[in-house]
Amino acid sequence: MSALLSVQGLSVSFTTYGRTAEVLKGVSLEVPQGAQVALVGESGSGKSVTMKAIMGLLQQPPARIHGGKIMFDGRDLLTLPERERVALRGTAMSMVFQDPMSSLNPVWTIEDQLTTILKYADRRLGRDRDRRGRRARVIEVLAQVRMRDPERVAGSYPIMLSGGMRQRVLIAMALLSEPRLLIADEPGTALDVTTQAQILKLLRDLVEAQGLALLMITHNLGVVRETSNYVYVMNKGEIVEEGPTAGLFEAPRQQYTRDLIAAVPRLTGRVAP
Amino acid sequence: MTALEIRDLVKTYPVRNAFGRVSGEVRAVDGVSFTIPAGGVYGLAGESGSGKSTIARMIMGLTAPDSGDILIDGVSILGQRERALVQMVFQNPGASLNPRRTVGQSILVPLAAHGFAGDRRGRIGDLLDMVHLPRNFADRYPHELSGGQKQRVAIARALAVSPRLLVLDEPTSALDVSVQARVIDLLEELGRQLGLTYLFISHDLSLMRNFAQTVGILYLGKIVETGPVAQVFQDPQHDYTRLLLASVPVISAEEAAMRPVIPLINGEMPTAEELMALRAGLNAKEPAR
Repeated sequence: MSALLSVQGLSVSFTTYGRTAEVLKGVSLEVPQGAQVALVGESGSGKSVTMKAIMGLLQQPPARIHGGKIMFDGRDLLTLPERERVALRGTAMSMVFQDPMSSLNPVWTIEDQLTTILKYADRRLGRDRDRRGRRARVIEVLAQVRMRDPERVAGSYPIMLSGGMRQRVLIAMALLSEPRLLIADEPGTALDVTTQAQILKLLRDLVEAQGLALLMITHNLGVVRETSNYVYVMNKGEIVEEGPTAGLFEAPRQQYTRDLIAAVPRLTGRVAP
Repeated sequence: MTALEIRDLVKTYPVRNAFGRVSGEVRAVDGVSFTIPAGGVYGLAGESGSGKSTIARMIMGLTAPDSGDILIDGVSILGQRERALVQMVFQNPGASLNPRRTVGQSILVPLAAHGFAGDRRGRIGDLLDMVHLPRNFADRYPHELSGGQKQRVAIARALAVSPRLLVLDEPTSALDVSVQARVIDLLEELGRQLGLTYLFISHDLSLMRNFAQTVGILYLGKIVETGPVAQVFQDPQHDYTRLLLASVPVISAEEAAMRPVIPLINGEMPTAEELMALRAGLNAKEPAR
């Protein structure tokens, strides 16, 4: 069976002030249906550009996609008419953003924000839901992300929620449109470690329970190990190594991956050199 | 010999209601005591709201404690205006360096403030040498430097007035992991060379395990557990320490095996009232160590 998402030889350059930089040099990766895949790299590796290209959020110009394909469910997103592209974004593929505060509208209640997305998703999916039905669905999805008191959260403004709760609201938003692929950009990195652990566990449980495919974009190798079975390591616009997560961490083949793993401090203390 | 001694430090802040009336108080730091031997690295681990930044601010003299004492080499520094003995390295070097000053000018600020009379240019060059940056970086601006280089400048600036103690407030959390490793190596090297004592504040327990010798786990303004870092991590006694360790994302099976197995809280974080109840429980149950 072919992959749900398949990026093939993606090349992107950025032109600013007359200078052109090759940012992605033929990136290829696959996310099979229902798989948990991670894309890991340090700042400037190109992981965020890859993610933006997949979501169709790259500003062109300055960016220019000059090679490759992004196949989603058998269709090349790069040649798709804008209308169809927009229809896929936030429906078939949904995104969980990193910064929960700046991704939420501060003057709307959580229910208002979720309802807006739900209406949009319903229209796309050809569903008919009345006001009470929409409210019920909003409460349901808030319960799915383990809010203890979904009714209260629905009536709250973002500022009334903790960072962990806001992050869970963002996950709820992504789930509302019943996506097949969830793209998560460093979820929980702005949060305390205990809260981050809860968020990662929630994501893992949801993805498994609903059979979603997950593409986790992160710089944290620990997060990779906690959330994915397969990992792509990126450096300077290229995939330098890929493989099943556990195996790759045990026995990295490339020098770059070896150095990266060696730089991570261990909970067990220093590894003998 | 003890370089830093913290004695029963307390800081409370008033809680105001919507009308500005004081309706209660928060004990941000609630009777914290610890000592750091000269040349030692003490790690203070805690999450937001644990009081770690308030402790750092009090040591730096930016906030006055309600009660308690802070001693450096046996002498109380509370109320002293001259604070060259303690310097601080902040979390985000992008924000802690003035973008309109060159690196040299930034390093000069503490030198001038403490009345340095010698060869300023030479001293700045020596400091840049110490943090392994080229001397000509003195004429560069922060935006010309990478994150790791900026943090090296911040360290050079902190060392300018030859402090005894450096307060490191999450010094590498804004950096990539490979850059982090090199900055930590530099801090260790400087610690050995200059006999510096470090108070290392972080939420990154893996990093703490590798950098600190002694660790204090801070929760709601109290140190709930303290001891040699290897011992505390291997055999945590307090529930909160266990929760913290269980939450750390790790990269190897050995580390995963070391984490305490506890069901992670699936619901929301506790409310203020529940935190109060938790704290009452903590007050009743003193840490084992």
